[in-house]
Amino acid sequence: MSGWKLAALALLPIALVAAMVVWFANGGSRLLALTPAPIEALAFERVEFKQQEIVLHVRNEGPESFHVGQVFVNDAIWDFSIVPGRTLGRLSGATISIPYDWIEGEPYTVTVLSGNGIPHAKTVDIAMRTPAPSARLLLVFALLGVYVGVVPVFLGLLWLPALRAAPRAWLDFWLALTMGLLVFLGIDTLKEALEIAGRVPSFVNGVLLVALGAAAAFLGITAAGRALTRGEGKSSGMSLAILIAAGIGLHNLGEGLAIGAAYTLGEVALGSFLIIGFTLHNTTEGLAILSPLVEGSASWRNLAVLGLIGGAPTILGTWAGAFTYSDPLSLLFLGIGAGAIFQVVRILAQAQAKGGSALEALGRGRAAAGFVTGFLLMYATSLLVAG
Amino acid sequence: MRPLPRIALTALGRARRAAAFAACVAILAALAGCGPVGAPSKAALGAADTLAAAARDHAIRTLTEFDTGKVTILPGGRTLREYTVWAEEKTVEVAPGVRFPAWTYNGAIPGPTLRCTEGDSVRVTFTNRGTMPHSMHFHGVHRADMDGVFEQVTPGGEFVYSFNAEPFGLHLYHCHTMPVKMHIARGLYGVFLIDPKTPRPPAREMVLMMNGFDTDLAGAENEIYTVNGYANVYFRDYPIPIKVNELQRVYLVNITELDLVNSMHTHATFFHVYPTGTMMTPSAFTDVVTLGQAERAILEFKYKYPGRYLFHAHQNEFAELGWLGQFEVKP
Repeated sequence: MSGWKLAALALLPIALVAAMVVWFANGGSRLLALTPAPIEALAFERVEFKQQEIVLHVRNEGPESFHVGQVFVNDAIWDFSIVPGRTLGRLSGATISIPYDWIEGEPYTVTVLSGNGIPHAKTVDIAMRTPAPSARLLLVFALLGVYVGVVPVFLGLLWLPALRAAPRAWLDFWLALTMGLLVFLGIDTLKEALEIAGRVPSFVNGVLLVALGAAAAFLGITAAGRALTRGEGKSSGMSLAILIAAGIGLHNLGEGLAIGAAYTLGEVALGSFLIIGFTLHNTTEGLAILSPLVEGSASWRNLAVLGLIGGAPTILGTWAGAFTYSDPLSLLFLGIGAGAIFQVVRILAQAQAKGGSALEALGRGRAAAGFVTGFLLMYATSLLVAG
Repeated sequence: MRPLPRIALTALGRARRAAAFAACVAILAALAGCGPVGAPSKAALGAADTLAAAARDHAIRTLTEFDTGKVTILPGGRTLREYTVWAEEKTVEVAPGVRFPAWTYNGAIPGPTLRCTEGDSVRVTFTNRGTMPHSMHFHGVHRADMDGVFEQVTPGGEFVYSFNAEPFGLHLYHCHTMPVKMHIARGLYGVFLIDPKTPRPPAREMVLMMNGFDTDLAGAENEIYTVNGYANVYFRDYPIPIKVNELQRVYLVNITELDLVNSMHTHATFFHVYPTGTMMTPSAFTDVVTLGQAERAILEFKYKYPGRYLFHAHQNEFAELGWLGQFEVKP
C-alpha cells in the first residue's frame, strides 16, 4: 500500500466526522427538533475579598454563550465592572469586580443574573481578606507547612533506633504497619479528591482528573522504583524508603493545598488544636518511612533527606493552596498523591512477600496485626483533625 | 498573581480552540460556505441595545402618556371612547442586560393607561395575537359577560369589551386566563383610570405601576422589581423633573405577583392618600403607602425645596432590586 493511500484511508473517518459536524451545526440538528432552551451554567471559580471590593472569577460552562445581565450582592443590585466583557463564549471566563464595603467574618451571597433572567448564586459563609502574596505571608504559610508536615515527619523518623532495637521477628509487623498507614492515607486522599470532584464544574471532569493523576503517579513510581534499584540489582532498604517518602510527600502536598485553601477561603479557622492534630497525625507518616531501614544502614543525613522528601512538599502545598488555589489542580495533585501511595504499598507488599503471594504474606499473624494497627493508628489520630 | 485554575483552563480552552480551528479548516477544505457557529453576532448585540432603548422609552412614556381613546359624542350627549388593545408575546428588557419572555398588552409592560371619564361609554376592541388564550378583566362595574373571565379570547380571536365607566377612581385591567398568577407575572396588565365628572384640581400627573419580574420563571420569587417595567429607570435614566410647590399627582397601582405587598415612600415630603381614588377626601397624610396586590392609591404632594429626592419601595429589598427612582425638583 502506498503512503498516500494509507494517509487517505487514515484521514477518511476524520473528514467524514468533520463533514457531519458542519452539517449538524448548520441546521442538520433541526431534524431532531431540538428546542433552543437556554440551558445555562456558570461556575464561580474563585471569590476574592479585597479592600472594599469583591472579585468574582466566573466561567461559562453552559453550551451557549452567556450574557451577564446584573450582579447582586446579598439580593441587592450592585454596580460592577467586568473584564473582558459581558458576553462569555462557551468555556470562557470573566472577572467581575464589585465595589463593596464587605465586613470580615460575615456571610455573602453574590448572584449573577444572566441575560435570560436566570440567577446564578454563590455563597461565601465567612468573608475573609484574600491574602496577597507577601514576604510575611509566605513565611507564615511556610511555618504552617513546617508545623503540620516537616516537623512531624522528622519526629516520626526518630523512632528508628527503637525499631532497630526491637526483635527482628517484628520486622513483618513494622512493614505491615507501614502498609496500614499508607492505605489509610491513600483512601483519605482519594476521599478528599472525590469531595472536590463533586463541586468542580462538570466540564472539568473532576473524577477523571483524579484518575489521570493517580495513573500517572502509579506508573511514574514504578518507573522510578526500577531506576532506583537498577544500579544495585535488588530493591534496597534505602530506595524503598525513598519511594515511601516520595509517596508521602505527594500526599502531603495535597494536604498542604487543602489547608492553605481552606484557610484562604474562610472555611476553617486554623486554631492551635487543628495544628496539634495534624502534627500528631503526620508523625505516623515518619514511622511509615522507617520500616525498610530497620535492616541495613542509614546515616542521619539520609534520614534528613527522607524527612525533607516526605515533609517539605507540605510547604509548597500551603503556598499554592493559599495564593493560587485551583480545584482542578488540587484534583490532579490529590490523584497523584493517591496513585503514588498505592504504588508504594504495592512495592512494600512485594518486598514482604519475597516472591510469594502478597496477600498471603500480609495475612500472617504479626503482619495482619501490624496492618490493622497502622490503620487504627491513622484513624485515631485523624479524629484530632476532624471537623 | 494570576490564579492557577485560570491558566490551566485557559490552556484547556486554547487546546479546544486549536482543535476547533483545525476542524474548521478541514471542514472548509471539504465544504465551501460554512458559517461561524455559536459566536454572538453584532446584529444580536445591536438587538440588545434596541431592547434597552425600548424599555427605557416605554417607561418614560408610561409615566405621562394616557390613552383617551377615539372619542365620539353619541346621540344623547354621552361620550363614546374606543380603544384598541392586543395581546402579544414579546421579549422585553426589564433591567439593563436582562431579558424577559413577556406576554404584553400592545408590546410592552405595562400596557397602555386607558383613561376616560365617569359615565363614558367604553369600547375596548381586544385582539389576541399570542399563541394561547388571553382576556382583559377590568376592575370596575360592568355586566358579567364583560368581565373577561368566562369569555376567553383564543389566539387570533377578538372580543369587544363594552361598558359604562364607573365608579370613578384609579383602577386596572389584567388578563384573567388561568393560571392567572402566570398571566399576570408575565406582564399582562395596565392602568385603567376613570376621572370624576368634576375634574380633580390641576396637577402634574404621573402613572407608577409597581411590578415584579420572576425572570427565571421558577414561580418562587421575583428577581427584579420595577415601576413601569424597567429597573431603576427613574433613578438612572430619567430622574423625574418636577417644580417646587407644583402639585404632583401620582397614580400608584400595585400589580406585583409573588409578594404580598408593595409600597412607595417619598423622601423629604408627605402626601395625601386617596385609596382607589374613589373619594375626593384623602384618608391619610403620610410618606409611605403600602398596597396589596391590585390595590391602588392616588398620591398628591408638593416639594418645598429644590434638589434631588429619592422615591422607592420601603421594602428596601425591592428598592435595591430595581424599584428606585428620584425626583429632580427644580426651583
